[in-house]
Amino acid sequence: MTAVEKQTPLEARLAAIDLPKGGAFTAARADALARLVAMGLPGRRDEYWRYTDPAALNAPMAPAAKPFEASDEAPLFNGMDRVKLVFVDGVFDAEASDAPELAGVEIARLAEAEAADIHWAQGLYGTLETAGQSPVVRPFAALNSAAATDGLLIRVTGKAAKPVSLIYVHRSETSDPILHHVIKLEPGAEFTLLENGPAGARFNKVMEVDVGAGARFHHIRAQGRDHERRAVTGIFARVAEGALFKSFTMTVNGVLTRNECVIDMVGDDAVAHVAGAALGDGASGAFHHDDTVFITHGAERGESRQVFKKVLKHGAVGTFQGKILVKPGAQKTDGYQISQSLLLDDDSQFLGKPELEIYADDVKCSHGSTTGALDETAMFYLRSRGVPHEEATALLVLSFLADAIDEIEDEALKDEVVSRLEAWLARHRG
Amino acid sequence: MLEIKNLHVKLEEQDKVILKGVDLTVEAGKVHAIMGPNGSGKSTLSYVLSGRDGYEVTDGSATLEGEELLDMEPEERAAAGLFLAFQYPVEIPGVGNMTFLRTAVNAQRKARGEEELSAGDFLKLVRQKAKTLKIDAEMLKRPVNVGFSGGEKKRNEILQMAMLEPRMCILDETDSGLDVDAMRLVAEGVNALRDENRSFLVITHYQRLLDHIKPDVVHIMADGRIIKTGGPELALEVENNGYAAILAEHGIEGVL
Ligand SMILES: Nc1ncnc2c1ncn2[C@@H]1O[C@H](COP(=O)(O)OP(=O)(O)OP(=O)(O)O)[C@@H](O)[C@H]1O
Ligand SMILES: [Mg+2]
Repeated sequence: MTAVEKQTPLEARLAAIDLPKGGAFTAARADALARLVAMGLPGRRDEYWRYTDPAALNAPMAPAAKPFEASDEAPLFNGMDRVKLVFVDGVFDAEASDAPELAGVEIARLAEAEAADIHWAQGLYGTLETAGQSPVVRPFAALNSAAATDGLLIRVTGKAAKPVSLIYVHRSETSDPILHHVIKLEPGAEFTLLENGPAGARFNKVMEVDVGAGARFHHIRAQGRDHERRAVTGIFARVAEGALFKSFTMTVNGVLTRNECVIDMVGDDAVAHVAGAALGDGASGAFHHDDTVFITHGAERGESRQVFKKVLKHGAVGTFQGKILVKPGAQKTDGYQISQSLLLDDDSQFLGKPELEIYADDVKCSHGSTTGALDETAMFYLRSRGVPHEEATALLVLSFLADAIDEIEDEALKDEVVSRLEAWLARHRG
Repeated sequence: MLEIKNLHVKLEEQDKVILKGVDLTVEAGKVHAIMGPNGSGKSTLSYVLSGRDGYEVTDGSATLEGEELLDMEPEERAAAGLFLAFQYPVEIPGVGNMTFLRTAVNAQRKARGEEELSAGDFLKLVRQKAKTLKIDAEMLKRPVNVGFSGGEKKRNEILQMAMLEPRMCILDETDSGLDVDAMRLVAEGVNALRDENRSFLVITHYQRLLDHIKPDVVHIMADGRIIKTGGPELALEVENNGYAAILAEHGIEGVL
């Protein structure tokens, strides 16, 4: 045969990737690849890709993206007591990182652990991702499990005294990192994970989090200031009895960000909160932000909250697809979901798709989705007190975001996030 | 202090004319009261003076110490010394009352080229002023006016006024919704601010407030105009006889 057969988009995508082989995760990676091949890459016709065009994520090569010129502003979480671990364009940078040592916490790199024949994360890697593929497929997560070049395997056995802080530096205009983290909290453990930075021109990240009985997991993430970057991320969490899972994401800028979060509440009395605050200004580059959330209540007395807020201007687009599924028998479930957007002009757009699916009769579930402009009466009230228009706008934007930001329990971290939002608002006046 | 001349105002979105030639001068250090039937244009006058959107000035002027107010942005008017205590104070969820006050105080100081108040100085000042108005620490922490009772909202307006120390204070029905004790508190708050360089324009329906805040001049507004001006006795006359006679004198049909 001499004729070259035309590649499918998935074949082209896979041809551009070096699939890691061998070691402890070989089987998991092979399974993931099989899943991906079975589901294919997403297209605009797929129900959960109607609002977001996956073309740039499907492309074999990452569309070029200039790294953001660092200003004199201190990096986020700087000066906080933490264990800092740095990835540059997806490559672990030991020099720039702290020693990965913290009492009650085991930290290993995927790329290193993989060389061993057996590893504690073996039974977990790809497992939660697989569970999260049904009823809605998430091809980029399967791609990630198959092709991740590195990531962290973190096992928490006690109460961590300080957070682990992952910093994703973006330097190369064409970097296309794929990172996969597995985090396991043993029963009663406590752990806070911080993440910030754009990571690359196109970033694919999956984080599988297994929260054991009575354990508490806090996640605070900031998706950086790069204007041109693209990212598709997936959080796959399993929350056991009496355990707590809390994740907050702040997103400013970025051509395309798709954040998926799939949470399975498998134990009674589990609590899961996911929140996001996204600010997009189309004047500094295209902005498209997509939050896609799926929370399954599979046990009794679970409490879940989804709080997503978006502030959009100059043609920025925000989308939200959030679902609460209450399985039969998940009585006394308390599920809450709110997605709101504040459009600062007429060019911007918000598309929302809230969904509830309930198979238990004794539950309390509510959802709401709103789109609105700044409240003119409040604006006049502030201005009549001498607060200039721009400053009043910033104040009202922060007030709009407050419910989402309040999902951050730690006051110092909350202040840190608020100060960044304020700085962003100050840079994006008018 | 405040000089309003032949002010004509219509609604921007409709052809409705609300102010039909208001003339009014408030001298420095004086307290003027405006009374008048519902819908006569009192709140509109206060909004137009403070720069609310939605109105179109078709004629006339309004100056504060010689400066044309109508050309300024609302925040510039505030920095120039104008203050309006709203008839219906606005709720702002998510913005703490304290943050709101500090932002306002410092924005005005900045606009006037003064240094911002330090967090400590501000706190001391606000605590002291809040105390005299019987506003507790809890109310200062809550979001602006959210969940405040009617009377609490009005006291909160006076607290803002006390913090901002404006030269020209317009009070739009600050007495409505107040119980007897709150009325006295508010009046004391206002009287404490009275001085020869500060003027007040007090919009009210009742003589009650004017028992506590003694006006120098009383105006009657009807159908978008000041139709009668007199001393404190004019308020008593309205209290006793209503507006019918005064309106009839000016050929305006009663509203009721
Ligand atoms: N934005 C608006 N849209 C429509 N009508 C308006 C608007 N603002 C004012 N008006 C009308 O203009 C007139 C004057 O209103 P304004 O609120 O100034 O009266 P007021 O003298 O303050 O009355 P009150 O004593 O009841 O407070 C009323 O007929 C009112 O309905
Ligand atoms: Mg009125």
